Amino acid sequence: MKNQLTQKEIQHLYWRAGFGIKQSKIPSLIYQTKENTVNELFTDSYLQTPLSFDFKSLKQASKKKTKVEKKALRKLKIRTLFELNKKWYEQMISTDQVLREKMTLFFHDHFAVNLRRPFEAMNLNNILRNHALGSFELMLMEVSKSPAMLMFLNNRQNKKDSPNENFAREVMELFTLGRDNIYTEKDIQEAARAFTGWNFKSDGSFVFRKNQHDEGEKTFLGRTGNFKGDDIIRILLEEKQTAVYLCEKIYKYFVNETINPQHINELAEVFYGSKYNLKTLMKAIFMSDWFYNEKNIGNKIKSPTELIVGLGRQFGVKFQNHQKLILLQKKLNQTLFLPPNVAGWPGGKYWIDSSTLMIRLRLPSLMLTAGELEWDEKEDMPENMVTNKKQRRRNKLKKQLQTTSKFNSISRNLAELTPEQLLEFLIQARLPNEIKNNVLYNDKTNKELIIKVLSLPEYQLC
Amino acid sequence: MFASGAMLVPSFLKGMEFLTPEQLSGFKNVVIIQLSGGNDGLNTLVPFRDDLYYKHRPSLGLKGDEILKLSDTLGVNANLKIIKELYDKGEVSIINNVGYPNPNRSHFRSMDIWHTGSGSNEYLSTGWVGRYLDSNCTHPYESIEVDSSLSLAMKGSERTGIALSDANKLYRDTRENFFKQIATNTKDSMLSEDNQGYLYKTLLGTYSSAEYIKETAKIYTTKVQYPNSKFAKNLKVIGDFINSGLKTRVYYSSLGGFDSHVNQKNMQGRNFKTYSEGVSALVEDLKSTGRFKDTLILTFSEFGRRVKQNASKGTDHGTANNVMVISGGLKKAGIYNENPNLSSLDKNGDLQHTVDFRGVYATILSNWLEVNDEIILNKKFKKLGFV
Repeated sequence: MKNQLTQKEIQHLYWRAGFGIKQSKIPSLIYQTKENTVNELFTDSYLQTPLSFDFKSLKQASKKKTKVEKKALRKLKIRTLFELNKKWYEQMISTDQVLREKMTLFFHDHFAVNLRRPFEAMNLNNILRNHALGSFELMLMEVSKSPAMLMFLNNRQNKKDSPNENFAREVMELFTLGRDNIYTEKDIQEAARAFTGWNFKSDGSFVFRKNQHDEGEKTFLGRTGNFKGDDIIRILLEEKQTAVYLCEKIYKYFVNETINPQHINELAEVFYGSKYNLKTLMKAIFMSDWFYNEKNIGNKIKSPTELIVGLGRQFGVKFQNHQKLILLQKKLNQTLFLPPNVAGWPGGKYWIDSSTLMIRLRLPSLMLTAGELEWDEKEDMPENMVTNKKQRRRNKLKKQLQTTSKFNSISRNLAELTPEQLLEFLIQARLPNEIKNNVLYNDKTNKELIIKVLSLPEYQLC
Repeated sequence: MFASGAMLVPSFLKGMEFLTPEQLSGFKNVVIIQLSGGNDGLNTLVPFRDDLYYKHRPSLGLKGDEILKLSDTLGVNANLKIIKELYDKGEVSIINNVGYPNPNRSHFRSMDIWHTGSGSNEYLSTGWVGRYLDSNCTHPYESIEVDSSLSLAMKGSERTGIALSDANKLYRDTRENFFKQIATNTKDSMLSEDNQGYLYKTLLGTYSSAEYIKETAKIYTTKVQYPNSKFAKNLKVIGDFINSGLKTRVYYSSLGGFDSHVNQKNMQGRNFKTYSEGVSALVEDLKSTGRFKDTLILTFSEFGRRVKQNASKGTDHGTANNVMVISGGLKKAGIYNENPNLSSLDKNGDLQHTVDFRGVYATILSNWLEVNDEIILNKKFKKLGFV
């Protein structure tokens, strides 16, 4: 085993475990051992910063009852959710706890809840963050008992005389065993009976309503007893398939969309053996040799969040206006807190179509230079001459994301790099020679070249 | 027509062409119109002989001149004049009670289901039109959405459709210096099967499609006056493309604002007027060139609404709904099947479906586009006889 990581490998680790790395950080890591470099990521994420928000105005508005007030409340809720979304973005952009935030983002996708309830959504998010590098068992239990999940998958409607199977189905299909693994429709029905009576009080604390619970005997995955919800979750974790499924999903997200069964077996042993300790699992991945295998580097399409946060961290970006940030996320098909459904975002090639790719390629220019460095449209475009100046100015304003950034000062520092070094630093995939020679023909590193490099299709990969 | 770019286009994009007037005839295409928000089907096509309808909707039920009679028992909302006109000419087929088992009443989820063609308990990440592109098409422009972003319905796993609101704008955007440089320097060897190759394929597909669409769409200039609404403008884009001979099979467009929890009558009426005027112009346009017989316009919404009106003169989210198919080439026009059964509602008070929406897709795929529907829908669904 090699003792140190190369620059490319360090960048790889930081892209996958976080959202990229600042150039100034590389020299300190390049001479230390792989183990120390990996450990540092975990030490940095030892602490956590829960999302917080002042819900005073929302709470006040919740008491109002007229139709007009209720409509205003609905609007306020969605607005608050968007502001919370921006807060999380700001945290991902500025935090040192990168691995913890990345894990939170992964589980935000794993336990995907789309609920226009900012308070409950925030609490769920904080549960994920709290256990992001701890016990998956505790995370699963707390998530299942959170108001957000109880509401989203209708467990409040799951009562003794009228069971609702929504949660029971998804907890197996999406959260633990994976679709069509081990369980049957009968198991879903039996589990749903065990989850009857799970509810929450008005203050958001979990409550078990005994009178709505089905006390009868249930047979679930071959075991028989008077099971309650907690028992079902315990049994699901007893099944090794849960470790396998989680490892597959984490592998696809952090390593490679194409699974290597041998690696999965290795990881599932470690994860199951550690009683579902996420820190142990993630360390095993980052310490493995195969994680740094060439075919695992620069092959993953960045999610919109990874792309925006990556640029944001690298160049100190701040969004002035939450609506612009939301609009951008919508255009790129990933709005945090509003996943498409309980299965989360499909990811991979799903992120890319003609519209999203065009925006993605323009994003560096839009985010870092407020559209100032927009590529020249005039040259060979006679129809552009016809549009009047006023029209063009208005269009330009529309395209601006209203961000501030430290692009000017940071690009001055980057100007010390040769173009080759700049590519080595910003691009993880291998750049085809045709593009390198014919598109990036500039001979010195300057702002324009930096924007160009960031606008390459390869910057979409990490 | 690729005077400037022909040499640069990699082989997988060659062979793009527009259709000559002789070839135009018989080139079948589909226009999908999505009514977003959950359109109330019972006030779209009104079972005006059914006492239960008025019982459930004392103030919201349509009567008298609010309805244009189609049959002895069913009438169309008077704001949908075009449907009545086409109905009388045998150019519309109305399919009642379309839905799916275990219906979901969330806008997002139900729209997802309609877009992907999944069951309510499965999650697919590709759309039904996208899978059609995957298995039967070569070029991204074979399905075009007239909008600024692309719907899930149009996304396949290997190919996705093109979204545009203006052919010239798409062309301009793809001809910006940097984008153009990348596109013109893309070589066959870079179009590998991995993610990097996929990025270049998408980029190049967009680049070439933009030119193809812009150049081809020039061929036809309509003489029909389209209304000023955004919806009608989008339909005009579609009309131009069809009449210009674009080799596009599926067009997609949507009209929003159907989530009528409050004061439904006015709101739905306004939207229907927009719909009716827009579709009317498109149909006139297609008839003037003889393309109406080759075009099928499918109108759907993610769900119908609750049978019983609510306390705010509106309706809440429901289930089964009607689907309208407009075309000059129908096999069976008129009212395709039985009226909604208001005496047999589910426990929420919603209509029960009798036709699976994927059966409608299967019919269009197999009988109209003449492709294998089972590969695209992953299952066999009972086909209908409207085409």
